[in-house]
Amino acid sequence: MRMLAFAKRNLKELFRDPLTLFFGLGFPLVLLVLMNVIQRNVPVHIFELETLAPGIALFGLTFLALFSGLLLARDRSTAFLSRLAASPMTAADFLLGYLLPLLPMAVGQSVICLAAAVALGLPLSWNLPAVVLSLIPSALLFIALGLLCGTLFNDKQVGGMCGAILTNATAWLAGIWFDLSLVGGAFQKIAYLLPFAHGADGAKAALAGDWAALPGHLLWVCLWAAAIMAAAIWLFRWKIVER
Amino acid sequence: MNAIQIMGLTKEYAGRRVVDQLELTVRSGELFALLGVNGAGKSTTIKMLCCLTVPTEGDGLLMGHSVRTDSHAAKEILAVSPQETAVAPGLTVGENLELMAGIYGRPKSRVDEVTAQLGLGQWVKRRAKTLSGGWQRRLSIAMALVSRPEVLFLDEPTLGLDVLARRELWGVIRGLKGHTAIVLTTHYLEEAEALADRIGIMAAGKLRAVGTADELKALAGRENFEDAFVALAGEGAAS
Repeated sequence: MRMLAFAKRNLKELFRDPLTLFFGLGFPLVLLVLMNVIQRNVPVHIFELETLAPGIALFGLTFLALFSGLLLARDRSTAFLSRLAASPMTAADFLLGYLLPLLPMAVGQSVICLAAAVALGLPLSWNLPAVVLSLIPSALLFIALGLLCGTLFNDKQVGGMCGAILTNATAWLAGIWFDLSLVGGAFQKIAYLLPFAHGADGAKAALAGDWAALPGHLLWVCLWAAAIMAAAIWLFRWKIVER
Repeated sequence: MNAIQIMGLTKEYAGRRVVDQLELTVRSGELFALLGVNGAGKSTTIKMLCCLTVPTEGDGLLMGHSVRTDSHAAKEILAVSPQETAVAPGLTVGENLELMAGIYGRPKSRVDEVTAQLGLGQWVKRRAKTLSGGWQRRLSIAMALVSRPEVLFLDEPTLGLDVLARRELWGVIRGLKGHTAIVLTTHYLEEAEALADRIGIMAAGKLRAVGTADELKALAGRENFEDAFVALAGEGAAS
């Protein structure tokens, strides 16, 4: 009940911010259209919709880290969070309250991105819902990263960490714009130690119907998401709820 | 009945005592004002009693619930209106109150009661961030009242408000007296004198004197309350 009341508040705060709606729902769409236009005007196949659409759907989810982090950091910077910390809310109430409103946004974002890809020529298939589902662990990962940053840093720092560093790290290390094997070596090894490339590859595997490849990628993302969420909960409890 | 019982409450930060062996009781329905200059330890005391920071030593009981060992139960019966205005800026006045009702499991009718009690009816659909400072403070107090707290902490509730807004809030605070135990911290001596049943003066982390305004004037041997405060707080700060 407490968690749901808090989640409702966060949902309203998020959806009343026009920048959230633009970056959350509109920006990935702009990228997809732009890359598709580029592809139509070059003779080589670099931005095929089959690889580009799942990649951009994943990239769009990086903004969830920014939204969750900013919301938490802004609450921390005012006495609003102190008021709630003096209430019977637990750390789980707080973090689930921040997390839950972003999950429908993540699903909506992925659906819009894939719908746009279909409009641009991606074949309609029953694998598309599987792509949306395969992206949920990545959504949880990015929300957890945002909550971790929001617990530790102020809103300006969160803007830099999640808005610039994380989006760039994901863009380069997830293999969205290029095949990571083309770079190879240490870069590729590091990319596959991190969860972003697995998130993108999982979505690509789901779109291709490569069900054998899917669990390995998802498991890696889930492990990272669980570790980061556990760290966020521990730090939040230590810093805010248990003082 | 004692709503608040403080026993040897102490807080240290990096070896420096900011609250030192505080002993105090506040009765149910009493409005107790905590006065002191900056750094006297008032806000730290409130934070410990609101379970926002753990005491280094000692304990505080809120309606018998320890803030150290039974903080969840203590949090059920306390509410705080923090020093800064603590509202959700993107929500309307009504939504802010509904949020608090949801967190404490109170019915929607309680929101209507508090809205009427604090005269917020005309602003109920306005976003909190568009309200003036005075109305935001009033909303902040309303949010603390939604849960029907048995112990209410008002930390500098009129700080930064103009005289008219301050006097309006005094009326609101007077209306709460007798229903709940209230601990009010303030820098405005006339506010404590006008509102409080009893006043405590803190200096250098210690509670130097407790009593009614008249008792404190008599204790300090001064005619007016400001002189009495300076004598008692200055004496404490110097020691």
